[in-house]
Amino acid sequence: MQANVQQFPPFREPEPAHGHDDHGHEHHEPGFWTKYVFSSDHKVIGIQYGMTALCFLLFGFFLMLLMRWQIAHPTQPVPFLGPLLAKTLGPMAAGGVISPDLYNAFGAMHGTIMVFLGVVPLAFAAFGNYVVPLMIGAPDMTFPRINMASYHAFFLGGVVMFVSFFIPGGAAQAGWTSYSPLATTIPTNGQAFWLVGMVLLITSSLLGAVNFIATIIQLRAPGMTWMRLPWFVWAQFVTAFILLLAFPPLEAAGVLQLMDNALGTSFFLPTGLAVAGKVGEASGGGSPLLWQHLFWFLGHPEVYVLILPAMGIVVEVIANNTRKPIWGYKSLVYSVLAVGFLSFIVWAHHMYMTGMGQKIATFFQATTMIISIPSVIILTCMFLSLWGGSIRINTPMLFALGFLPMFGIGGLTGLPLGLAAADLYLHDTYYIIAHFHYVVAPGTLFALFAGVYFWFPKMTGRKMNEFWGRVHFWCSFVFMNLVFMPMFAQGIKGMIRRMSDGGVNYSAARVPGAIDTLPGSVMELNTWILWAAVGLGLAQIPFIINLFWSIKHGEKVGTNPWQATTLDWHTPTPPPHGNFPKAPRIVRGPYEYNAPGFEGSFAPQAEFPAADHGHAQPAHH
Amino acid sequence: MEIPYTVQNRPDTGIYNAKLGIWLFLASEVMLFGGLFSAYVLLRAGSEPGMWPHGWLDVRLGTVNTLLLALSAITTLLAWAACKVRDFRKFKIFHACTILLALAFLGIKSYEYHDKFIHYEIALNDGTFVDGHLVEKSADFDLKKKTGTVTLHGRAVTDRKELMDLRAPEAKAATLEEHVVAAADIKKMQNYGPWHNTFTAIYFTMTGLHALHIIGGTLVIFYLWGPGSRMWKTDPERFTNRIEVSGLFWHFVDLVWIFLFPVMYLT
Amino acid sequence: MSESEKPVTMQSYIALCRNIFIVVLLAIGCMIAASFAHIGEGWTLKVALILAIAAVNAFLVAGYLMHLLSEKKLIYTVLTFTVIFVIGLFGLTLWAMTDFPTGTAVH
Repeated sequence: MQANVQQFPPFREPEPAHGHDDHGHEHHEPGFWTKYVFSSDHKVIGIQYGMTALCFLLFGFFLMLLMRWQIAHPTQPVPFLGPLLAKTLGPMAAGGVISPDLYNAFGAMHGTIMVFLGVVPLAFAAFGNYVVPLMIGAPDMTFPRINMASYHAFFLGGVVMFVSFFIPGGAAQAGWTSYSPLATTIPTNGQAFWLVGMVLLITSSLLGAVNFIATIIQLRAPGMTWMRLPWFVWAQFVTAFILLLAFPPLEAAGVLQLMDNALGTSFFLPTGLAVAGKVGEASGGGSPLLWQHLFWFLGHPEVYVLILPAMGIVVEVIANNTRKPIWGYKSLVYSVLAVGFLSFIVWAHHMYMTGMGQKIATFFQATTMIISIPSVIILTCMFLSLWGGSIRINTPMLFALGFLPMFGIGGLTGLPLGLAAADLYLHDTYYIIAHFHYVVAPGTLFALFAGVYFWFPKMTGRKMNEFWGRVHFWCSFVFMNLVFMPMFAQGIKGMIRRMSDGGVNYSAARVPGAIDTLPGSVMELNTWILWAAVGLGLAQIPFIINLFWSIKHGEKVGTNPWQATTLDWHTPTPPPHGNFPKAPRIVRGPYEYNAPGFEGSFAPQAEFPAADHGHAQPAHH
Repeated sequence: MEIPYTVQNRPDTGIYNAKLGIWLFLASEVMLFGGLFSAYVLLRAGSEPGMWPHGWLDVRLGTVNTLLLALSAITTLLAWAACKVRDFRKFKIFHACTILLALAFLGIKSYEYHDKFIHYEIALNDGTFVDGHLVEKSADFDLKKKTGTVTLHGRAVTDRKELMDLRAPEAKAATLEEHVVAAADIKKMQNYGPWHNTFTAIYFTMTGLHALHIIGGTLVIFYLWGPGSRMWKTDPERFTNRIEVSGLFWHFVDLVWIFLFPVMYLT
Repeated sequence: MSESEKPVTMQSYIALCRNIFIVVLLAIGCMIAASFAHIGEGWTLKVALILAIAAVNAFLVAGYLMHLLSEKKLIYTVLTFTVIFVIGLFGLTLWAMTDFPTGTAVH
């Protein structure tokens, strides 16, 4: 295999030319395309995934702002952006007003983009690709070129999804869940683009999953036993297995729905389906429920894909900033394995409303309740790790600490949803939106922010600005809660999801005297939520500026500014191609902070052979 | 920089990287085809009684295809064995056979697909049906303008259910002859493509996806047989591993057919 | 070496393949015979029998041609979980589509 010399970003001072450097290896300098676009180095690919995912997260955020405007001010043109929308999206945004169809398109794509183009690529592919090989002492992923292919498939999938906004008829409108027969009977091509995009994204995830699992199993450095792995690696390992085994049935279903759309088959179309008053041409004989089962078979494990890498980051940051080992390492390992396994047999709790019988509903209710146990164990271990720790507050730690109560709220509010009887009332209301956003937005996203601030010095040799990091945290924390907490109230009061008019049609003002309409107080919350969302968007500006500014102007730091024990902090900064000049030998567990018998506050996991960059000291202060 | 265990086995797991990689990939493929098979089961279980087709596929052609694939699985294994004993010539012969068998399989499949596309079911305005293979359309045949005639070689029935079970004695006893149908009498004319009913839909999807896997596997094996076999001279151990890994994929494709054939053709 | 230390000769492999091919031929023949024979009422028993024979075929291909029978524990573990999840997918979906509250219409 040819070794390409990769440096990303190229900020290190170039070495003065030495004569004796040129014997032996040929150091061919790769061109721009091989270095930054078609790289097979896991670190470059990790950053590619990260930057692309952050862009999509921002785009998805804008879609949400547009929707919240529409909800708070239905039928009014969008300020500032109205004319732009009208120009780029045509009749669907006539006069700068978001039509109901366009609202549905924004809704479907907000979900799809945030989940599949934002969080999963950032949490799993970006952080996993960059950090996992470093943490296990590997030179790269097992299959570097497949790694590159997986990024490009992801990129292509993103392009297809993005382009779908601009085709006649616009993007997919049937929700991120794309239920048939709606998905098939909408007479535009947006759904077909969505399906093609999904197939590309699923392919990317499958290739990535194979790589992660093979790497973690095969390329652990000598001495890195399973129970010495940093828990972040365990979390990524289980996530990869979930992706590997849960995505294919959705890929199958996607192909079937694409055939329904494009070829007129009836996999998911029931007999006698009438569209716009006319019985359809299709043969019938299909089952809409079949789509739901195949979708949610992935859909539920997918949410664990969203949370597990984030939990991994939180564990690493907490261990590092409490200066003591994480509490309950073994429980954490067994719990994450249990969560991974159980996640495959809980899916129909998304389908309690489909008229299932009591026996099957009870089965899924039971497994759903049971899966909350290992999740709570994980959260408890995180909380208990704080006890007796010498807590160091910095931006990553703030985000990690913020994750804990936010995920607590998200998780606890999920419990009534797992119980069939309560879910019958709460299903498809804003309570659900609040629940899952609490888990993913102030939950996962906070953990991902922690990860960015935490590993930034390893990628760039500089820290992000601490003051603006804290501003970012506190503003985000406040506004996240202001956006999502009221939605619990709205949901319990009966406001259902996906209403492009924000519930006006069901409000007490519109239908006075009707029973249990949405009162003014609930409708008013829409306006508050809009302002909070705008605030949340403004709170991200310091982060964006900080991220780019610090690459060149941040405080310069050494190779291990956080005094961490794990192997990723014991490479040069940034790690060169091949990561470790010689394979490290792992001699202890991952969290030996202030361990008895050692001088200093931490003991690195590995011992390095003498001929390296001088990391062979056993203790650090 | 070199990735360890590309050729050597890792001591504690006992395998090399690509072998683990392919088995992981095959696990995901099991879930993929499993999802499709579960769709098949649910669609068939949920179909109206008597309306699920039987005997629509030619068992003889299916059996020949099954034998071709089984033989190709054998030649794949023997090609790998030849690599293990360092007999390059035998490897070339065996994998050439594999490729030819695969192409024959695809040829027969194309013939079967074509046969379905020229098989029409015509619903007449009087509520009866004419069903058979297309013989010819008259020069002025136009369904929209309702001009001309179309000739099918098949039979005319009154109840659509009679078209479903071709294994039933009534269907076997029916005589097939030429029927000329005027366009003006036609209510709906449709061939036996995927849109015809859920059986043809799942049949075309599953065998189509399977055929795509055959094509992919054939391309990979062809590459390794042809230009890729240069690695035999520089790193025969690694080349043998590649033959083993691609062979595992090929065997999996055969495995899928082992279930696809009875499910589609025999039940 | 990337394989176990069993002695490998072309003869032994050709013999193995010949035997497997013969059993596969017989199995295919049995399946076809079962398909056209009169076994029980309707299709259920027939389908079960045919699938059982197909499973034997699959076992031979997987066990010997893919040398799954001599594979390492790691591969077995991955495949065992896969099989469990496939059974879950089939079984739970089938159960969900056939379990209805009493009196509600069956699609």
